[in-house]
Amino acid sequence: MKSPLLTSRRKATGALALVTVGLLAALTGCASAASTGGSTSATAFKPVTQSASSEITVWADSTRLPAVQAYQKSHPNVKMNIVTYDGSADGSTYLQTKVQLFDRTGKGWPDLVFASPTDVTWASQPTSKGAVPFAAPLDSGKLVPQATLDNFAKGSLSACQFNGNTYCLRNDIAQVVLWYNKTLMDQWGYTVPTTWEQYEALGQKVATEHPGYLVGAVGDTNSQESYFWSSQCPAQQLQKDGSLQVNLQAKDCTRMASLLDTLISAKSVSTQGFFTQGFDGSKVLMANGPSWYGQYLFNSAFKTPAGQIAAANPLTWAGESTAATGNVGGGVWMVSSHSKNLKAATAVATWLTTSDANLTNAPTYPAYSPGAKSWLANPANKDYFATDISGPFQKAADEVWTGWSNTKFSDATAWSSVVLPGLTAGKSLTDLLPAWQTAIVNEAKSVGYTVTTK
Amino acid sequence: MTIVEPERVTALTTKLARRRGIPRRRAGLAGYLFVSGYTILLLVFGIIPTGYAVYLAFTNDQGQFTGLNQFIKVAQDYRFGPAFVNIFIYLVMWLVLVIVLTTLVAVILRARMKPGLAAVFRFLYYIPGALAGVASVLVWLFMLDPAVSPASGLLRALGFDNFSQVLAPENLPVILVLIAFWTGAGGWIVVMYGALNNIPEEVLEAARMDGAGPWQSAWHIQIPMIRKWIVYQSILAFAAGTQLFVEPQLLQTASLGRVSPTWAPNQLAYVFAFQHGDFNGAAALSIFLLALGLIVATILVTRSGLFKVDDE
Repeated sequence: MKSPLLTSRRKATGALALVTVGLLAALTGCASAASTGGSTSATAFKPVTQSASSEITVWADSTRLPAVQAYQKSHPNVKMNIVTYDGSADGSTYLQTKVQLFDRTGKGWPDLVFASPTDVTWASQPTSKGAVPFAAPLDSGKLVPQATLDNFAKGSLSACQFNGNTYCLRNDIAQVVLWYNKTLMDQWGYTVPTTWEQYEALGQKVATEHPGYLVGAVGDTNSQESYFWSSQCPAQQLQKDGSLQVNLQAKDCTRMASLLDTLISAKSVSTQGFFTQGFDGSKVLMANGPSWYGQYLFNSAFKTPAGQIAAANPLTWAGESTAATGNVGGGVWMVSSHSKNLKAATAVATWLTTSDANLTNAPTYPAYSPGAKSWLANPANKDYFATDISGPFQKAADEVWTGWSNTKFSDATAWSSVVLPGLTAGKSLTDLLPAWQTAIVNEAKSVGYTVTTK
Repeated sequence: MTIVEPERVTALTTKLARRRGIPRRRAGLAGYLFVSGYTILLLVFGIIPTGYAVYLAFTNDQGQFTGLNQFIKVAQDYRFGPAFVNIFIYLVMWLVLVIVLTTLVAVILRARMKPGLAAVFRFLYYIPGALAGVASVLVWLFMLDPAVSPASGLLRALGFDNFSQVLAPENLPVILVLIAFWTGAGGWIVVMYGALNNIPEEVLEAARMDGAGPWQSAWHIQIPMIRKWIVYQSILAFAAGTQLFVEPQLLQTASLGRVSPTWAPNQLAYVFAFQHGDFNGAAALSIFLLALGLIVATILVTRSGLFKVDDE
């Protein structure tokens, strides 16, 4: 009685298996799953219907907010809606996430945004087939005159340039200089190093003579830009053919890794970040870092009294003639290609990035060269420091190494989620270079780069 | 047969009612009305999005049918394996902890405490659950940072001198389980307590008269009798566990990137959708999670007879 039932069941199972196999075979031979977004086909920019009275929405981070509010105050006729957001700091993808959604819903884009240079890499290209790139090309249609663009610091607009167009105005640059506590240096009779070798030697000396004091820290999300960018390490160097070179075994990377390893094991370089909760700023003798460290790290975060902190020229390597330094951040302003009032939005962007009215009191070092001069001429930007910072700032601004490319992915992710936990676990930077390399390569490939590792 | 079966009685009364001309629809209408709110929400926020995700997962961004290619693509992504390994480790720890401990606590509250005191404890356990996910993560960010934690002495005794050491990759499943347990266990303790209350007092009394101690009655009487609740809890806890998102995402931001932004599969789907602009790949990932949840639920339901109606 049971056998017919069993055979029929077996038959059914067999049939089901056949159908499944057939279905799988049919399913796998179909259209490509590759996303077509981000194609480089540059179609001429066509603005939407313009309306001179249309309100403009401006997204700015909290640091840049007062400047936007100042514009509104001095231009009461312009209808503005000012929104604060994270400004894409520390690898945040908030803006990108939102624009992806706006592209899908077809509305909601802000007219003008403060963003990180990384954002320009995706904003200059369509997020999907048929979408218009978020950023408007500012040089086409004469939105911003060429003469204005020419006045930006050398290389500072390269982060904005794609396919021969300029998609953003650089707000500020964050050239890396050597910060030091002059009071302590004088008290202990130390001379300020000019080369990395002297820096390393002094770091070891500090470790023995004044244990607990620091000449640097590598635990921040952007420490790799202060150190490895300054060392001209090809961690993410775009080649002429569009491929990305990632080679952390290059001499320029390993020399910095071993220098830091020496100082980390001597305990004069911390694996914690300067911006970690509860970091003791009074123990910081030196810090190789961006121009904004002065106000934002020493003055605001560490509350170091005025007249103690000074800046020195970027460090060089013994025997190397080309001075090079890093760059840690520095924002950009992008005008939305969907804006109904391009003229008003561009006017705000131009005022924010090039006008003396704004730049003289800007919180960070302006990328617009005439503006940088007025900024340095303003005593309020300098009277906190022990010495005049103008020299090192101007020198460093011209020495930013251009080989650390602005890529579609943030360099903070691999550093923070792979290298920093490894350092915390007690591994050395030299040991971690391969893992860091793999993380960068994987990330680069996932956003579509062809990667070379030689 | 002299005993009238209940079904027959109902059938009879309905028949009679119909004959008398009372509209039967009224009762039905109220029923529909009661479920309509849920049904509409389920459709709008459950069924339709799921259908849309299925559609996206089998097509590309031009709407062309891609078969399984989206699934193959996301499965080959370098972040896919680590994310599923992470969630697997988390799930094992979380399920064991939540099932064993909540049942244990409920049994203790039920058997070893006066009802008034038990109520106080149930309330205390439930409080953290009233906090939203975000708030509870913030509480733990404070608890786990030796610089500010009220338990910093304990953290330092365990060898954690700073927050980055606490957030080492190998500690993350434990941290996330802690947060999940702290917020989720209270609700389950209340449910389990309710389940234990359903056991007739005579059964427990009979056990006592046969000489069973509290642990014996718990193990041989109470736990077997609330088995279905435990299965139900496992299904829901598993589904919630695979969808882990808010906690690792917030830890990632708060730790300034020391936690991988694609720690859990749901975060990977988020990155696919919002950073790569690949909604189809994200949908394929979400279907993986859906399938996983459905398979586990099916196994648990069929093996436990969860929905079998007792015919006594």
